[in-house]
Amino acid sequence: MVSHLFLQHYWWFIVSLLAGLLVFLLFVQGGQSFVFSLPRTALQKTMIVNAMGRKWEFTFTTLVTFGGAFFASFPLFYATSFGGAYWVWIAILFCFVIQAVAYEYRSKPGNIYGQNTFDAFLFINGSLGPLLLGIAVATFFTGSNFTLNRMNQVRWDTSWYGLEAVLSVRNLSLGLAVLFLARVNGLLFIIKSIGDEDIISQSRKALIVNSVLFLVPFLYFVVSLLVSPGFAVDRSTGIVAVEEFKYLHNFLEMPLVLLLFLAGVIGVLYGIGATLLARARGGIWFSGTGTVLAVLALFLVAGYNGTSFYPSLSDLQSSLTIYNSSSSSFTLRNMMYVSFIIPLVLAYIWYAWKALTAKKITQDEMSSEDHVY
Amino acid sequence: MIENADPSLVDWSRAQFALTAIYHWIFVPLTLGLSFILAIMETIYVKTGNEEWKSHVKFWMTLFGINFAIGVATGIILEFEFGTNWSNYSWFVGDIFGAPLAIEGILAFFLESTFIAVMFFGWNKVSRKVHLLSTWLVAFGSNLSALWILVANGWMQNPVGMVFNPETARNEMVSFWAVLFNQAAVDKFLHTISSSYVLAAVFVLSISSWFLIRRRHELMAQRSILVAGVFGILASVMTAYTGDESARTVSRVQPLKFAAMEALTEGKSDAGLIAFGLLRESDEKIGDRVMPEFIFRIEIPGLLSVLTGGDRDVYVPGIKDHVNGNMSKGIMSVPEKAERGRFAKGVLTDYKRARMTGDTTQLNAIKKIFADKEFQEDYFRYFGYSAIDKPEEAIPNIAVSFYSFHIMVMLGFFFMLLFGLALFYLFRGTLQGKRWFLWILLLSLPLPYISSQLGWILAEMGRQPWIIQDLMHVDQGVSQITSGSVLTTFILFALLFTVLLISEISIMIRQIKAGPKH
Ligand code: HDD
Ligand code: HEM
Ligand code: HEM
Repeated sequence: MVSHLFLQHYWWFIVSLLAGLLVFLLFVQGGQSFVFSLPRTALQKTMIVNAMGRKWEFTFTTLVTFGGAFFASFPLFYATSFGGAYWVWIAILFCFVIQAVAYEYRSKPGNIYGQNTFDAFLFINGSLGPLLLGIAVATFFTGSNFTLNRMNQVRWDTSWYGLEAVLSVRNLSLGLAVLFLARVNGLLFIIKSIGDEDIISQSRKALIVNSVLFLVPFLYFVVSLLVSPGFAVDRSTGIVAVEEFKYLHNFLEMPLVLLLFLAGVIGVLYGIGATLLARARGGIWFSGTGTVLAVLALFLVAGYNGTSFYPSLSDLQSSLTIYNSSSSSFTLRNMMYVSFIIPLVLAYIWYAWKALTAKKITQDEMSSEDHVY
Repeated sequence: MIENADPSLVDWSRAQFALTAIYHWIFVPLTLGLSFILAIMETIYVKTGNEEWKSHVKFWMTLFGINFAIGVATGIILEFEFGTNWSNYSWFVGDIFGAPLAIEGILAFFLESTFIAVMFFGWNKVSRKVHLLSTWLVAFGSNLSALWILVANGWMQNPVGMVFNPETARNEMVSFWAVLFNQAAVDKFLHTISSSYVLAAVFVLSISSWFLIRRRHELMAQRSILVAGVFGILASVMTAYTGDESARTVSRVQPLKFAAMEALTEGKSDAGLIAFGLLRESDEKIGDRVMPEFIFRIEIPGLLSVLTGGDRDVYVPGIKDHVNGNMSKGIMSVPEKAERGRFAKGVLTDYKRARMTGDTTQLNAIKKIFADKEFQEDYFRYFGYSAIDKPEEAIPNIAVSFYSFHIMVMLGFFFMLLFGLALFYLFRGTLQGKRWFLWILLLSLPLPYISSQLGWILAEMGRQPWIIQDLMHVDQGVSQITSGSVLTTFILFALLFTVLLISEISIMIRQIKAGPKH
């Protein structure tokens, strides 16, 4: 029989992997954030929107599954964070509600509010969505102000209900890094999937600026992470205490995770570099894989090695760890069996993806297809 | 538990959940049913190779897509709302409730969304067979997502397969199969999907009838009526059957909901089934709750006893029996349950206190109590009643339960008639001439939506005051945020969803008017 401890680690890994996939798939959002700035003609805009539009469901569903998996495996986190940092999550949800209708409705006759409104929805989802998700995830490292009572019910100790997270420079730096990473990946995806020279050269230009805008906050966040104190939990007593250089220690004590992280960062940089310097068109494969690995590693650093992944600043002992916030051994084990199906899911997603992107999106296709966004 | 929950916080949280669920439910049943109608039509296309069928499929598929998008938009809110607005509940039940939700994402939503992409964009990219398979997988996937969320909902109506762990202060799952094959969940799944097929069939019927009235696209309209009519009549028989099963289960696991939906104040043997009736307030009260009486009713003698117990002599307990207790029928009163619930709560409080003071002997003694089956089954299962001060608080809204149930059932029989007549006239070849009937079909469009919503209103409002039947009172489940925050988000959701709904309806109408492309 597998132990509860193993299962907690297993499920933290799955949640982290989903987070990695989600951040990669945010390339859809990144691409959307260019609707108003990149295309020079209406047709170019249609092509870009359609390139993203055939993938948006994957991102959306991954977000939903991420939420569901978190609920099932670490319900105390789900209850604490969503029920406490109410406004951040509601803001994120709003960003995604408007996305879900935007593609299908933007170019349909009779949509009442006009195409520009729905394109604005795409833009808001594309920019505010990744920014807020990044900020929310940053609180895994920087902590929040909440208290749990004896019945594990959450009380949020600021009247901003989560929005206060926006005011922290460290949180903001991760938010910006995620946003600009999404934009970089979005550009790389456009370069890969659209067969239009003008759009490609436009995207290459935009890639330079956006890469810089990604690197600056990203480096700031990583350096601040390595030098700042973290929240360590004593496995035998369950007591949480502040430890200097905790995340640096985590990286050093888990060299495999460090390796993952470095491989991820290099992957992203290589994807960008190859696209800019060698004029490659497949950069998205490297930066995409890199994104998954780097985010996975960050999440592992947040939760593994006796670390509190949802620290409380107002009451240290209310902090959540993978040990004190998980479901029972029974539930985690049963869900582990279910999770064995994931490779099958990935396989058919892979198949569908290939089948639908075998051909590049071209101007002709936009007029011949009968389901165009 | 939190004792002094702000009542307006609870009310606004309930209103917000109801609002968002009702919006989600405007779109979901059409997806569940129309996906099968699409798959059937496409199968005919692939079998016959007739390009006209393909254009029929594409027409309905466009409507499907418009509806689906907004269904997705409204769904994501619900998933996170368990956390944002019912966080105490989410922790209390997360061990059981979260699993179906996660499985839904992994198994169902990915299936659905992946193959929907193939369905919409794959016509020229994959083979006919693969495309057909994708359409079937979309239908299968959407119905699978219904399964998991309804398992979660069924568990709230009838919590099974778990024990309470005092250490973590929540319920933990001990049998996955008990949760999955919970009678309430099985009924709910079968009744929900079959009623959704009815809704989709009426949808196809009424839009087709509009084409017939306008004398446009008559071939498509008649073929669609054929497919939807056959599908609908089968589904409506299944709906009535599963609805009857649901009622039987409700009478067992939620007896007060049952008594309320029958508006049965006094219990009796040889109880008649009220086909329909009108209620007014009577002079009689339980505590400060006024009981209803019938102004008029159409009653089938003895049938309620027969349906619930198989025999006219069977005693059907009424609201009074359940509130005041009826020892001769083995029914415990609400005050007695409240007593037991408070006892269970006291033990839990002792446990927490012993934990604080580090009194291990006391702790171990209490752990033994919790491990005792009798304590769990005879005391802890009434835990939620500890929050009930006056016995009448355990009674759900009687008028809402009664009317929602009876209107739903009447409409159910009306739909059977509708499908039957449509097929009859179609086979006689006289449908086109029956203008009055085509108009009835067209005007029936809102009716299945109404009955479907009423079904949920019965299920959910009839469950009050419980968020988990007998175990957790709604007041205990709510997130501790300010009611002002919830009020604000309620208004935002109401505005946003209404704005989107208006756009959806307008696009729908334009696409219907445009008709199929050739
Ligand atoms: C899996 C759980 C689940 C599912 C599938 C549904 N609901 Fe629900 N519903 C809840 C879980 C829930 C809840 C979170 O448990 C609420 C909030 C407060 C309460 O007592 O139950 C609730 C409340 C609630 C109320 C308010 C009842 C009241 O407070 O008086 C209404 C009218 C609905 N829902 C309607 C629906 C509709 C139209 C649904 C169809 C999609 C639906 N519910 C599905
Ligand atoms: C309150 C509980 C519910 C929650 C939390 C919920 C959650 C969701 C979410 C997150 C989505 C979007 C999925 C995506 O990414 O594609 C969705 C869509 C969907 N849901 Fe729900 N849902 C609930 C109730 C229901 C019920 C009761 C049913 C059916 C019986 C249902 C059936 C569907 C279907 C078929 C879709 C696909 C989109 C559509 O056509 O509406 N949902 N739901
Ligand atoms: C024909 C006779 C019908 C009967 C006897 C019947 C019976 C019932 C009962 C007893 C419930 C409550 C279950 C609970 O509280 O747990 C219910 C719920 C419901 N009904 Fe019906 N119903 C009928 C027809 C319909 C029709 C025609 C529709 C819609 C087209 C419909 C849609 C629903 C829905 C969506 C629910 C909520 C889900 C559930 O609780 O199963 N029903 N029905």
